[in-house]
Amino acid sequence: MMNDTHIEIRNLNAYYERNQQALINVNLKIPHRQITVIMGPSGCGKTTLLKTFNRFLELTDGARITGEVLIDGENIYDPDKDVTEIRKKTGLLAQRPYMLPMSIYENVAYGLRIHGAKHGKELDQAVQHYLEIAGLWDEVKDRLNSPATSLSIGQQQRVCLARGLAVEPEILLGDEPTSALDPISAANIEARLLDLKEDYTIVVVTHTLRQAKRLGDYAIFMYLGEVVEAGPAKEVFEHPKEERTIGYLSGQF
Amino acid sequence: MKHWRFKRRHISEAIVKFFMLLSFLLVAASLISILWTILSKGLPALSWEMVSQTPKGGYYLGKEGGILNAIVGSLLLAGGATLIALVISLPIALFLETYVMKTRWARYVRLTMDILWGIPSIVYGAFGFTLMLSLGMRASLLGGIIVLALLEIPIMTRAMDEVIRLVPEELSHASLALGASKLETALKVTIRQMMPGIITATLLAFGRGIGDAASVLFTAGYTDRIPTSLSSPTASLPLAIYFQLGTPYPEVQQRAYASALILTLIVLAVSLGSRLISARLSKYINK
Repeated sequence: MMNDTHIEIRNLNAYYERNQQALINVNLKIPHRQITVIMGPSGCGKTTLLKTFNRFLELTDGARITGEVLIDGENIYDPDKDVTEIRKKTGLLAQRPYMLPMSIYENVAYGLRIHGAKHGKELDQAVQHYLEIAGLWDEVKDRLNSPATSLSIGQQQRVCLARGLAVEPEILLGDEPTSALDPISAANIEARLLDLKEDYTIVVVTHTLRQAKRLGDYAIFMYLGEVVEAGPAKEVFEHPKEERTIGYLSGQF
Repeated sequence: MKHWRFKRRHISEAIVKFFMLLSFLLVAASLISILWTILSKGLPALSWEMVSQTPKGGYYLGKEGGILNAIVGSLLLAGGATLIALVISLPIALFLETYVMKTRWARYVRLTMDILWGIPSIVYGAFGFTLMLSLGMRASLLGGIIVLALLEIPIMTRAMDEVIRLVPEELSHASLALGASKLETALKVTIRQMMPGIITATLLAFGRGIGDAASVLFTAGYTDRIPTSLSSPTASLPLAIYFQLGTPYPEVQQRAYASALILTLIVLAVSLGSRLISARLSKYINK
């Protein structure tokens, strides 16, 4: 199973307003149950690429794409695909955690309620279960009904993880998920991601090379909207083939 | 040279600060003197009788009775209008935020609301009156509620719109990322996040509605009785103040100030109450 493709990107181009092209003919195969890191300098299109995996790009006015993104072999841009189903399948950790304006418990229960999956005692158990996976249960078990905004930012990011996992996605997307966090919280999130790759396909956008090296099983290097190099992390980091990858890895840009 | 420039910058800062303080003191002084006027003139005339009875014969000549008719009338008029305005404004505001955010459509809606906001309330009153005449309606509670609602809608919608715009985009994205639809996100997340703002907007509109005299003058009319149905003519506090102040009798004029005091206290109570609720809800909100 290790090298099965989970997300396949075919001839993907993305444009923002005024036909500004953000992704240029991207072709990729993202492996199943590994951590894929997408790296590159600011403005290289790495976040844009990530946003095409859960159809978040269409939330930006004037943005459009051509090409295909296949998850489990099915094009998620197919007109009869339900966008909420796709987003349920792909959990998202944003740069900065945003707590839903409700209690800690309700933040985690939110997605479960939306999808009508669990009720009563079952719901309580599910909330506990996912808070445990996110490594937060012991810290919040006595104040589940407090406002989620009362937590520290590091704890909030773990609430995001718990509530994202609660809807049972197959894929976890991280858009620089540790960039707003202090080093200890960041290390904590990284540790969670490494645990979770047993069960989930994880794609993390990162602008720190060291994080990419710590997390990545598979690495993608992007530059000015193009994928320059993609492959098993070990190869990309130790024997980069492309000039621009070598330049980036040695800290030239 | 350098020293002089340094000094000049500090002097200009001091001057600007002085004018800021002056403006504030001017406003604060007006508020205090308004409160002082209605307190000093109204408090002696304020009695239990005034808030618990309707006017008896000869009330406007200084004999017994109270203004319960106007208190109940105003609460019904402004309460009803605020409720209707809320039911109409909230969907408009949510629609603007959720579906048309920055499009030309949204600009037209906002422009319309701003123009409506600027229309003087006597024009609403006259418009309402004409409309009621053509429908064969007489001055009534319902007529007053509808016209007040029209007056309140633009205020409420724009106030809510301003708050909704402060709701961070990432918050709705957090909900969408969990597979919620846009509607679910609007109803379950955006509304909660903006709840303190909704309360403030509602309060603002209620305050404007309960204090407005011109729009209810023709549409709700005035009567000494407490309204018994939607079609009864209905008294209101602003008009009660107006009529009492217009009599030549000092004791009745004093009652006008007492009525103003009651109106102010109602607005104050509603304002404090909503602020308390708002503060409780704010704890859950991303800042």
